[in-house]
Amino acid sequence: MKTNSSTLPSTTMTRAKIFPHLIFAVWVAWLTVMPLMADNYYIRLATFVCMYGSLALSWNFIGGYAGYPSFSTAAFMGLGSYAGAILQKAGMPMILAWVCATIFVSLFAALVGAAILRMKGHYFAIGSISMVEVLRLIASLWSDLTGGGDGLNVPIFQGGPDYAARVFFYSMLVVMLLAWLTTLFVDRSKLGFGLRCINQNEDAADMVGVSVNRYKTIAYTLSAVYCGSVGAIYASWVSYIAPTDSFGILLTLKVPVMTMLGGVGTVYGPLIGSALFVLMEETIWAQFLDYHQAILGVVIVLLIFFLPGGLLKLDYKKLFKRKTTSHTQARRA
Amino acid sequence: MSTILEVRDLSKNFGGLHAVKNVSFSLKKGEIVGLIGPNGAGKTTLVNLITGVLKATSGNVIFNGQDVTAQRPFQAARSGLARTFQIVQPFPQMTVLENVTAGALFAAGASHRRQAEQQAMEHLEFVGLAPQALRPATSLTLPSRKRLELAKSLAMNPKVLLLDEVNAGLNTSEIEQALTLMRAIAARGITIMLIEHLMKVVLSLSERILVLHHGELISQGDPQTVITDPRVVEAYLGSKFAARQQGVAPTAGVAHV
Amino acid sequence: MTLLAQIIANGLMLGALYACIAVGFSLVWGVLNVINMLHGSFIVLGGYLTFFAWFHFKISPFVSLPIVCGLLFVMGYFIQYLAINRVITRPVLTTLTLTFGLDMILYNFMNLGFEATPRRVSLDLGSLTLGGVILPVDRLLAMLLAFGLTGLLYYVMRSSRIGRAIVAVRMDRDAAALMGIRVGHIYAMTFGLAALMAGACGTLMSVVFPITTNITGLLLGKAFVICVIGGLGTVPGALVGGLALGLTESIVGNFMGAQYAILFGFLIMLALLITRPTGLIGKKGYE
Repeated sequence: MKTNSSTLPSTTMTRAKIFPHLIFAVWVAWLTVMPLMADNYYIRLATFVCMYGSLALSWNFIGGYAGYPSFSTAAFMGLGSYAGAILQKAGMPMILAWVCATIFVSLFAALVGAAILRMKGHYFAIGSISMVEVLRLIASLWSDLTGGGDGLNVPIFQGGPDYAARVFFYSMLVVMLLAWLTTLFVDRSKLGFGLRCINQNEDAADMVGVSVNRYKTIAYTLSAVYCGSVGAIYASWVSYIAPTDSFGILLTLKVPVMTMLGGVGTVYGPLIGSALFVLMEETIWAQFLDYHQAILGVVIVLLIFFLPGGLLKLDYKKLFKRKTTSHTQARRA
Repeated sequence: MSTILEVRDLSKNFGGLHAVKNVSFSLKKGEIVGLIGPNGAGKTTLVNLITGVLKATSGNVIFNGQDVTAQRPFQAARSGLARTFQIVQPFPQMTVLENVTAGALFAAGASHRRQAEQQAMEHLEFVGLAPQALRPATSLTLPSRKRLELAKSLAMNPKVLLLDEVNAGLNTSEIEQALTLMRAIAARGITIMLIEHLMKVVLSLSERILVLHHGELISQGDPQTVITDPRVVEAYLGSKFAARQQGVAPTAGVAHV
Repeated sequence: MTLLAQIIANGLMLGALYACIAVGFSLVWGVLNVINMLHGSFIVLGGYLTFFAWFHFKISPFVSLPIVCGLLFVMGYFIQYLAINRVITRPVLTTLTLTFGLDMILYNFMNLGFEATPRRVSLDLGSLTLGGVILPVDRLLAMLLAFGLTGLLYYVMRSSRIGRAIVAVRMDRDAAALMGIRVGHIYAMTFGLAALMAGACGTLMSVVFPITTNITGLLLGKAFVICVIGGLGTVPGALVGGLALGLTESIVGNFMGAQYAILFGFLIMLALLITRPTGLIGKKGYE
């Protein structure tokens, strides 16, 4: 057995593949200058793309890297909406309210995470869905604070619709970029590696020295941070929030599906999935308003049957090879 | 030589079942100790207790002078107490190199991934798996998987290595290779406790043997004394084996080996 | 004193229905390891079918009951066989999302077909009064039938070939397959049975409560809570959980209001999940 200097195989270390980052840079650059040319309809669409992109990237930490099936997105976003709205109504300036809401939601997730992460698999899924319900009920019942079922009005942003549209768009874009940077960092760090270990074999990860509880809690908290920001921005944007929509089960289901569409546990999967999803919704929803949910359902079924790893994990080479071999087989026959 | 691991009156109850009963022994630094006993004797449970996978009902585990009875597995790993599994548990979607890197990164505390990978490669070379570094861990054959387990636990920079039936499922030549490897590990100064059913392996490596039966330590001492101990013969070895060792005609009984 | 008795009586009548709600859900979760998000919609579907049979064709709900059961069984069987069986070995994220997606489709079509206005089968059977406690006859009948159906399911699980096969698959899927049990078929039977129980529950509920598609989520939530309280995969567990929840909601609902009652149920569930995820009845054991 050789014991001389060990040379690392050259393709080990993640020599950063530049290509995806380049595409992303172009996409962001385009988004940044787009408001100069487009009307408010497209700006609104782009705002949703950034919003869902942030939500999907957030979910990716706990659902993608760590592999815990969380359905808490609506809980965090709704909490952020209410926190931001309440603070703004109390007189706090908008951006400060956003920051405080983010901090509040992050603390909430860190505390709740300690409890909820003891559950595994199905129980964790159910626990996280129930959290959404519980928060919705509390928002409905605690009317003194939250306005109850009537909802809450947020002071409308001054400056006119065009200016407002741009402000909120750029705010969501900034959050998305922050979420992306965080994902990039986690993906390459010891934390990311540890989360992958936990995902693949939690007991083995424990044995090998990963402090499993700490890493899981960090992932769960990270999955909440930007949801809180997005929620607060959303509340200021639409100026009115109510329990049923803020803590919507549909949202909490859509976000994981978007990430699954693009590819869980990757850096760009959530972004691709969410952008595609928003596009699909916009084109289809406009056409078939009555069948909106059924179409979503069909998309989910098709996704699960035919794209189990998401778009980024499709073995394109295998697919291409199958097409060419069937060609040659047909010729030989 | 100083004591590196001490187990005092360790017990574990599962409801009414006493899996481990008042077990006491100690390991000296650099020793190779064998742990034998019939199936269900509690050997793996004992290892689980020592590494924090199971919580002891009573008793103490003292490692390097510190009471670590209540520790969690990752703490055991970081303090230098490593173990292998009977049924190998790799990270299925990672390569061989990544699996070993995990050990170096988290337990041995390498400062960053590149350094951990270099250490991992050294360990892979040591066990002879370097050519397969970039293959998926699940593509390895059973003997290679056992060596991967070994490399992973070595990457954790252990002071004490608990090997749980590393040789199960290997043929004779593979076992010879494993023996060479284990002697090389011991030569590095790592204390080894070897759980084994193959008496040939146990006898050729161990300086001392412990015998577990129904959760109790029924014998401990140097190999010759232990294998001729009548309690051990009755519980586990069988008179045929004992007689063979002594070159005497056997009495009626069933051999376990 | 009569108030307390009334609350308890209400709780029991409610609890029987709740047990019926949960038993199918518990079966699917315990045997197939799938969280069935379609369950609430199955219940509502059963309720709607019963209502329309009664409203348009004057068919009594007690006659509709077996028909609804049959229809939903077939529906459940095929949904499992064609769709869920394909992903049965995949992790919970996949299976839950799939049933969620299928539910979206069913929900959408129910909304379009039936419209969301609340419907209730009003049988006008009057009520009994026992020692100051008012027991509406329709609720009483629903309760008795709910107990009866649950008991029937228990009997089927224990004594019939199908029941034993289901238990075998639940205990060890691979061993069952080696014994010649067609696992895919058994899975479909289980899901079909669960859908049947849900449909039956819907029929019973339509007599007591207004049925609307808006309550599918509510019903599903109750099923979650009951399964965690009572433990998975056992009929007695669903019964205990259902009665426990029924009583709790009756008490809390009486003193604080309906929404607090629901909130309370969820909080109990979360507390149990954190401390004892296997439920009050204990392990995932089987009858």
